[in-house]
Amino acid sequence: MNRVGLYVPLALFAVILVIGYAGFQLADPHQLPSALIGKPFPEFTAERLDGGGKVVRADLIGEPLLINVWATWCPACKAEHDELMAIRQRSELNIVGVNYKDDPAKARRWLDEYGDPYEYNLLDPDGMLGVELGVYGAPETFLLNEQGIIVYKRIGEVTERIWRDEILPHLKRWEVAAQ
Amino acid sequence: MIPELGQYALVLALCLAGAGAFAGLVGAQANNARWMRAARSLPMGQFVLTAIAFGVLMHAFVTDDFSVGYVARNSNSLLPWYYKVSAVWGAHEGSFLLWTLIMGAWMLAVSLRGHVLPPRFHARVLGVMSVLNLGFLAFLIFTSNPFDRLLPLAPLDGSDLNPLLQDFGLVLHPPLLYIGYVGFSVAFAFALAALLSGRLDSAWARWSRPWTNITWAFLTLGIALGSWWAYYELGWGGWWFWDPVENASFMPWLAGTALVHSLAVTEKRGTFRAWTLLLSVSVFSLSLLGAFIVRSGVLTSVHAFAVDPTRGMFILVFLTLVVGGSFALYAVRAQEMVSSVRYGWHSREMFLLVNNLLLVVALAVVLLGTLYPLAYEAVTGGDKISIGPPWFNTFFVPLMMALTVALGIGPLMGWKRTPLPELRRRLAVAAVASVLLSVAVALVVGSDLGAGAVLAVVLGLWVLATSLIDIRRRSARGLRRVPAAYWGMQLAHFGFAMALVGVALTHTLSVEKDLRLEPGEQTEQQGVTFLFKGVVDARGSNYVAQTGLFEITDGDQRLLLKPEKRRYLASNQVMTEAAIDAGLFRDLYVSLGEPLGEGAWAVRVYVKPFVRWIWYGCLLMALGGIMAVADARYRRLRVREASRLAAAGAAS
Repeated sequence: MNRVGLYVPLALFAVILVIGYAGFQLADPHQLPSALIGKPFPEFTAERLDGGGKVVRADLIGEPLLINVWATWCPACKAEHDELMAIRQRSELNIVGVNYKDDPAKARRWLDEYGDPYEYNLLDPDGMLGVELGVYGAPETFLLNEQGIIVYKRIGEVTERIWRDEILPHLKRWEVAAQ
Repeated sequence: MIPELGQYALVLALCLAGAGAFAGLVGAQANNARWMRAARSLPMGQFVLTAIAFGVLMHAFVTDDFSVGYVARNSNSLLPWYYKVSAVWGAHEGSFLLWTLIMGAWMLAVSLRGHVLPPRFHARVLGVMSVLNLGFLAFLIFTSNPFDRLLPLAPLDGSDLNPLLQDFGLVLHPPLLYIGYVGFSVAFAFALAALLSGRLDSAWARWSRPWTNITWAFLTLGIALGSWWAYYELGWGGWWFWDPVENASFMPWLAGTALVHSLAVTEKRGTFRAWTLLLSVSVFSLSLLGAFIVRSGVLTSVHAFAVDPTRGMFILVFLTLVVGGSFALYAVRAQEMVSSVRYGWHSREMFLLVNNLLLVVALAVVLLGTLYPLAYEAVTGGDKISIGPPWFNTFFVPLMMALTVALGIGPLMGWKRTPLPELRRRLAVAAVASVLLSVAVALVVGSDLGAGAVLAVVLGLWVLATSLIDIRRRSARGLRRVPAAYWGMQLAHFGFAMALVGVALTHTLSVEKDLRLEPGEQTEQQGVTFLFKGVVDARGSNYVAQTGLFEITDGDQRLLLKPEKRRYLASNQVMTEAAIDAGLFRDLYVSLGEPLGEGAWAVRVYVKPFVRWIWYGCLLMALGGIMAVADARYRRLRVREASRLAAAGAAS
């Protein structure tokens, strides 16, 4: 091996380190705020996953809601699932799922297998509702107040920390029972 | 009060690690005998204190002390006692405490078995390991303290161990894997000590080799166990998913396999020295990189836990210092190494070089596949991309086939150069034998094996044939004269071939059906009848279950399989427990999907031929690694070096 060649491992490692650091910055929870915050949830019509008919925007008004965009092809959604189950248990906040670019049969199997934290699920097989919501991918989560205004948006997994620091304070203010 | 004792013990261990690092590295540099003696005895203290902390945490779990936050999050009073014990390493904080305990154990082993080493070298090795342990303990204490309390509001009961982890396979998987990951710190420390001392002959390779082999064996077992667990517990019958966390364990394995082979060349022939040093540093660096990937949350994966920015940043900085520092030291010091030994293309050296090249390319494939999505996201500013099994399989199938061909030829070669006519004859015999035997197998099995399966069988038999030819050659002067290390090598090679055949046959011959079955209905797959008799309720200590009853008829053999759908009481999580009839030549696999009304259920029925060969193969590989370490020459080496050192001491 010549002398310059001996520095190749160090250089390769530096490249990996930069990638790791960049990825790490992206994983940072300080996300850009969504343009939709403070705006009403967009108008839409969607079928329910359980065959319970059509849902429109007006159906989301009346009580605070957590809207969770998910899919069976999304590993982060699997990681997030336990937290949603826990939220379901610990609070009176209802969760409405948006099953995003997915196969309904697979989604039903998923809910059967891992448990169902959702009040009900909306079907968004071609991602059109996702476009309205400015969704980058799954998972993404929106918190709606009782007027159906988006007060918080999370891109990526909802973790216990996000629940505690970002979502719970809103619920406390609205006097929704939760811990 | 007791949990605080654990915390104090960890802080004391941290202090001893700092002292050990200083005494070992500075003491060796200054050639101060007293400091070097201290460096050799401090690992005992680090190990004992970490073991006390570990015992304290286990005590908190067994006595249901839910005032400790980690216990409250990962245990429950209903949990059976053995899962309370294993819950200690069921999540991030405790599993990292296990990591430091294993680090302490390896250091203790090196300090006790190291009397064959020159004292300065020994002190340096332990100094380097103490630096690593210092980093691990600081990480544990400052970012992941398992002893944090939830006072004054301690919960009445815990929120339970993740049901996926309530399983025998997952009790053993982390300890075995960590013994492997952390064990590579020994080879790393030997390489660094060699670089620091400038003593770059092949002596360090001889010392480092048994440690590397045994570590590699444990890592192999750990990975195999994880794969086996995924197969029976995740409920869809897959055994490898190219998940980032799996890749994180596979990368050190690939590099470690290359290291095991290049160490052989360096020890026996004195060549590949710079390369072996580089591999030693790289294998452990990959273990650390894996830890970073899993624990920083940069890649979200099915089983990543502990997503926390401070932890990720700590590991990134630690990685920069340790790995960056080591590669820089390598770049500066390895300049002095020039190999002068020559070898021809038809030599064992050449085939071990081929082995190393193939393994490193395989490693690059996995590394790229794991990091590319991350780089893509960084460059495009948030767009995500996923690299799936097609990428990995495209490269791995040809790479592993080439590796298997080389694996057959390599052992038949002599060092330096092999007389060609003799070699040609041996290889021709092996090639003809493996093809003929494959034809025989195809005739016996009779079914339409695909091209891929046939190729895998030919390759498997090729390894078997070349092994037998070589064993016959080596045992010409009696089987007793063949050393254990040689049998270890043959066993590991045979295990590799077995795993390869298992992978190929499972992949090509499996039958996987998703069916709707009503009670009383049956289905026939590959001559096996599955009769669905219905679903009954059952309950365990911390869950309730619906149990499906399936009567299986396979020829004149009849048995009952009972897959379950469990709902765990504390967390309300639903888990699928597949029922498997395991066999050497085929597994029958039944799992319950969802109820479809009127007593009907969605049911998965799999017939998976040869799937078990994958794990048996890994088991043989690991046994081979352990056998190689049991070789008598390492005992002779210890005696000889000890007497040589004693003589040198008396003379000076």
